[in-house]
Amino acid sequence: MTTPISTSAIAIGPITSGTIDPQRPPKVRLRASGTTSIFDPKIIRSASLDALRKLNPAVMAKNPVMLIVELGSVVTTLLFIRDFGDSNAQTNAFSGLIAAFLWFTVLFANFAEAMAEGRGKAQAAALRQTRADTVAKVRTADGSIEERPSSSLDIGDLCVVVAGEVIPGDGDIVEGIALVDESAITGESAPVIRESGGDRSAVTGGTRVLSDEIVVRITARPGETFLDRMIALVEGSQRQKTPNEIALSILLSGLTIIFVLAVMTLQPFAIYSGAEQPILVLIALLVCLIPTTIGGLLSAIGIAGMDRLVQRNVLAMSGRAVEAAGDVTTLLLDKTGTITFGSRQAAEFIPVTNTTATEVAESALASSLADETPEGRSIVELAVRDFGHAVTDDPGSVMVPFTAQTRMSGMDLTNGRLVRKGAADSIRQFVIAEGGQVPLELGPIVDQVSREGATPLVVIDLQPGASWRVMGVVRLKDTVKPGMRERFDELRAMGIRTVMITGDNPFTAAAIAAEAGVDDFLAEATPEHKMALIRREQAGGNLVAMTGDGTNDAPALAQADVGVAMNTGTQAAKEAGNMVDLDSNPTKLIEIVAVGKQLLMTRGSLTTFSIANDVAKYFAIIPAMFSGVLPELESLNVMRLDSPRSAILSAVIFNALIIIGLVPLALKGVKFRAEAASSVLRRNLLMYGLGGVVVPFAAIKIIDVIVSTLGVS
Amino acid sequence: MSWQNLVQALVLVAMLVVAVPLLGRYIAAVYGARDDGTAPGDRLFGPVEAGIYRIARVDPKRDQRWSVYATALMAFSLVSLLALYTLQRLQGVLALNPTDRASVQPLRAFNTAVSFVTNTNWQWYSGEVSMSHLTQMLGLAVQNFVSAGAGMAVVVAVIRGITRTGSLNLGNFWVDLTRGVVRILIPLSLVFAVVLITQGVVQNFDGHTVATTIDASTGVTEQLIPGGPQASQQAIKLLGTNGGGFYNANSAHPFENPNGFTNMMEIFALLLIPFAFTVAFGRLVKDRRQARLLIGVMAGILIVFSGFTMLAEQNGNPGLSALGVDQSISTEQSGGNLEGKEIRFGAAGCGLFAGATTGTSTGAVNCMHDSFTPLGGLAPMLHMMFGEISPGGVGVGLMGLLVLALLTVFVAGLMVGRTPEFLGKKIQASEMKLVTLYILAMPFALLPFAAASVLIDSANTFQPGPHGLSEVLYNYASTANNNGSAFAYQGTGTQWYTVTQGLSMLMARFFTIIPALAIGGSLAAKPRVPETSGTLPTHTPLFAMLLVGVVVVVAGLTFFPALALGPILEHLSL
Repeated sequence: MTTPISTSAIAIGPITSGTIDPQRPPKVRLRASGTTSIFDPKIIRSASLDALRKLNPAVMAKNPVMLIVELGSVVTTLLFIRDFGDSNAQTNAFSGLIAAFLWFTVLFANFAEAMAEGRGKAQAAALRQTRADTVAKVRTADGSIEERPSSSLDIGDLCVVVAGEVIPGDGDIVEGIALVDESAITGESAPVIRESGGDRSAVTGGTRVLSDEIVVRITARPGETFLDRMIALVEGSQRQKTPNEIALSILLSGLTIIFVLAVMTLQPFAIYSGAEQPILVLIALLVCLIPTTIGGLLSAIGIAGMDRLVQRNVLAMSGRAVEAAGDVTTLLLDKTGTITFGSRQAAEFIPVTNTTATEVAESALASSLADETPEGRSIVELAVRDFGHAVTDDPGSVMVPFTAQTRMSGMDLTNGRLVRKGAADSIRQFVIAEGGQVPLELGPIVDQVSREGATPLVVIDLQPGASWRVMGVVRLKDTVKPGMRERFDELRAMGIRTVMITGDNPFTAAAIAAEAGVDDFLAEATPEHKMALIRREQAGGNLVAMTGDGTNDAPALAQADVGVAMNTGTQAAKEAGNMVDLDSNPTKLIEIVAVGKQLLMTRGSLTTFSIANDVAKYFAIIPAMFSGVLPELESLNVMRLDSPRSAILSAVIFNALIIIGLVPLALKGVKFRAEAASSVLRRNLLMYGLGGVVVPFAAIKIIDVIVSTLGVS
Repeated sequence: MSWQNLVQALVLVAMLVVAVPLLGRYIAAVYGARDDGTAPGDRLFGPVEAGIYRIARVDPKRDQRWSVYATALMAFSLVSLLALYTLQRLQGVLALNPTDRASVQPLRAFNTAVSFVTNTNWQWYSGEVSMSHLTQMLGLAVQNFVSAGAGMAVVVAVIRGITRTGSLNLGNFWVDLTRGVVRILIPLSLVFAVVLITQGVVQNFDGHTVATTIDASTGVTEQLIPGGPQASQQAIKLLGTNGGGFYNANSAHPFENPNGFTNMMEIFALLLIPFAFTVAFGRLVKDRRQARLLIGVMAGILIVFSGFTMLAEQNGNPGLSALGVDQSISTEQSGGNLEGKEIRFGAAGCGLFAGATTGTSTGAVNCMHDSFTPLGGLAPMLHMMFGEISPGGVGVGLMGLLVLALLTVFVAGLMVGRTPEFLGKKIQASEMKLVTLYILAMPFALLPFAAASVLIDSANTFQPGPHGLSEVLYNYASTANNNGSAFAYQGTGTQWYTVTQGLSMLMARFFTIIPALAIGGSLAAKPRVPETSGTLPTHTPLFAMLLVGVVVVVAGLTFFPALALGPILEHLSL
């Protein structure tokens, strides 16, 4: 992701031509570039305004903890106004500051949520420009073309789109083939081929045809297209609370009720003890005790979690799916393209009785000089690297391409020498038919190579005047991507089992599985097998994640707990999954799991921190409330805070500031490391549990020093 | 503390270490740990139980959903409540009333009926003055058995929620109740009662024995010595963590607790079944590591509170020390704060008993808790406010700790990045709703009543100052945790207290049991998630610390302000 002109958090791609083409949508990428951060000044500005807007009690009602703080703010403000005339300057300053910081507590929480929404909103706005109404050329029943705005399209309409035009809506190509620029959706600048029939027929509204002419049958009504859903998702307008978030909200509400009870019953006890408390102080105590820190940041954490996925170019259809990703215990990964490069690479030249490895290498090199397949190139590379053979320029040579009939390829050199390579059985038949000799040991060598999970290619050579000679075998091996073993080790540490899915035979599959370090594999996999595997895992209580792109993946994608569809895939696959990866990179599944876990960790850690904070707040406020009348309780003032008022004020100020202080953590998520649950718990507990007890003691003391030095109370 | 105190405590621990695993294994088998469906004592108890099922028209094979299980328990409790109420109201005209006790007034009868049905055994009355032998035997003692049996049944049902998968049912309440009483409580009580009788605990149907005093110069020439079927009730009072004494002085009375040996045996008896249930839990869920962790947490909290009270009481009253009074241990005296204590137990023996009785929701006492030093009194009070989980009442104590473990798992589980699980069961919104309801029950059964009591003049029957607040807090902490012990200065037979404490006891019992059963029902339906290295381990010392932390923080944050104005202020004022 390069060269963005950074006007906001959204990277707007460069406009290549000199004139601006109104038909050409601005290129929008979901992924922010390296230079834009969540703390873009523009987002902060709009979030500040949103924070005020969210004070509307109807909006606040979604968050009972913060609603109580807002109510407290209103009451303290009214008390401040009521008593203003009758009180001295000191008292007014105290009451005023308490009221002000209670308001700040609410505003800071709102601000956190608005900040989390900020980037998504900006992205949604940019995507909306893409959606701008276009003109659709609809082919009517009699074959004539009728121009209509794209907003009035209906399912089943046939639209003609020619090069340079924007596709008016989601659909399948029914006629033609075209190059399509999908950068508006994916950010990927390289155009892709879309054609009628097969797994590559789906096109997305808002993308642009670069060549040829296609006819698209519309499959989604305006307003329900992929782009529309994407806008709704990144904007968070349809955000629903996720299961764990609901469970946590219930607990936080329960704690709030307990604290309301504790504070309400404290007044009778105080009256009995001859130390009746002003309502203002009781409200301050209540706000400090209820879990405002996590309550204020809870929705921001959820939104930011979704946003982190969007930054990775993954669209989750629901927050539920993101949470499920954190719970995944079985990961189904396709071998080809995910675990391996998907292309077979030459690994070894194996001679037969009367040849040497270097002779095999030379013949294989000669047969592959014009072979542009990855296999062919890897043969050349290996022969040059390991045997020092030179690539000779032979302009008169003729390439013999691979055909389904011969099942071999090679070169006819200028000097009359012929070299071929191909599958063992077809070479064997060919050599015998040509009257050559097949060495006895070829069979066992070929079998051995196959058993090890590699592909054998037999190389034969015909010198002018001689007969065909079997030189040896090239071992072609699918190469595991570097770093995969480490990633699987990490996953295992986190308690996630990886299962490799491949269409290969069990031998090949076992060999690759062992090399890559996956826990299990499914060989000769058909969609039915895959489905059965998912069902079996789920019956054992496992949560399964997988990726897929083809239409025949759709049932499995729907069955899996986390189904990530590739954006290049079919419409059916995208509908069936609960996430879409715009980069179509199946390895990303691992990152998705990490994002899901991090989301839950952030919630848990901040909850622990929030509750742990209450210990210090009690030691600040309780002695302050009572030491005037009951001087014995002054010995509970372990922080030696300056005065009762400065103590209460310091606790309230800390309570407000800690929310704003933790916004970056809430938005970025707590540090995630792939470790076993026990060590994650130990670290987070030390940091947010113990830290949650200690930090406020220090912070309240510091605030108290400042407050008392300034003499505000 | 003297070395004798320490030896006594160690002997107690040793007895428990031997007996708890044995009984735990037996309890697990009684409640269906064996795969073949048999249980120990089938030949002896089977016919008895079959007879009970026939009379009660219970089909022992019919499993109940949690809601049916809870309804059965509620119905049983209601019938028990009405029966016990009626018995008290009619005792004046019924048999076995050698001392001619009058029928109990309605509100007081309500209070006592609630108290014994809820396994609280809060006593506004003096047993020897208010209750006939018939009421004691047919009413109170019977409830001692069945309320304990019901509590045991509930935790067994909750455990089934953990062990079962994809099931809607938690077992049969009537079977669990019958088995618990017939196979566990009655045999143990029988043995224990005999042990007590050998030590001089009375067991007869006598009324008052009149004794002529030796020294008539005091103005008293004759003394009425109460009799009664006492040992039989004493045994279940402790084994069932009930705590309602036959006599007003409870286990401080020489007829209930004659000597140091019985004192130790009584502490042993009240700790035995609650701890054994945890062992049984480990066997039923087939995870003994988990059981060891829970025992560790229970024992840890219990030892800290017992030790704290023992030390606080042995150290005596600083006010007296300032006056030069010798409160140290010597051959001449047992030392410590001796107000309201029996010399034969000493300050430390009282502290140990206080720790055990408030940790088990028993409420039996062998000394006057109201006379404790402020810190010595704070400990049992806070011990109850922890929610009676160390080890708690029979059955219900384990239930409480399991609910708190779910809360701990929830917070900790989120911290490791997974939907929290406990023993393979996911803890989600529906469980958290019920856990939250459970946790709200106790503060709501305590604080509003206590707060109202200090404001209402007519309720003002306690001492002035912070100690008065301690009395009110202690007494509602006792009812709100179904404990039953008291800071007994407070006049408790008044209209206000009989009603509010009755309500407090009902809330504490049923607003915890019903959510807990619902949790069991919800868990039973869930599949079991396999344990991986990504699963939060719930059997490690770290988790134990976290669980204790949650218990301390929840109780501490709820009650710290009130305690600061009560015992803490009183201590700081000394």
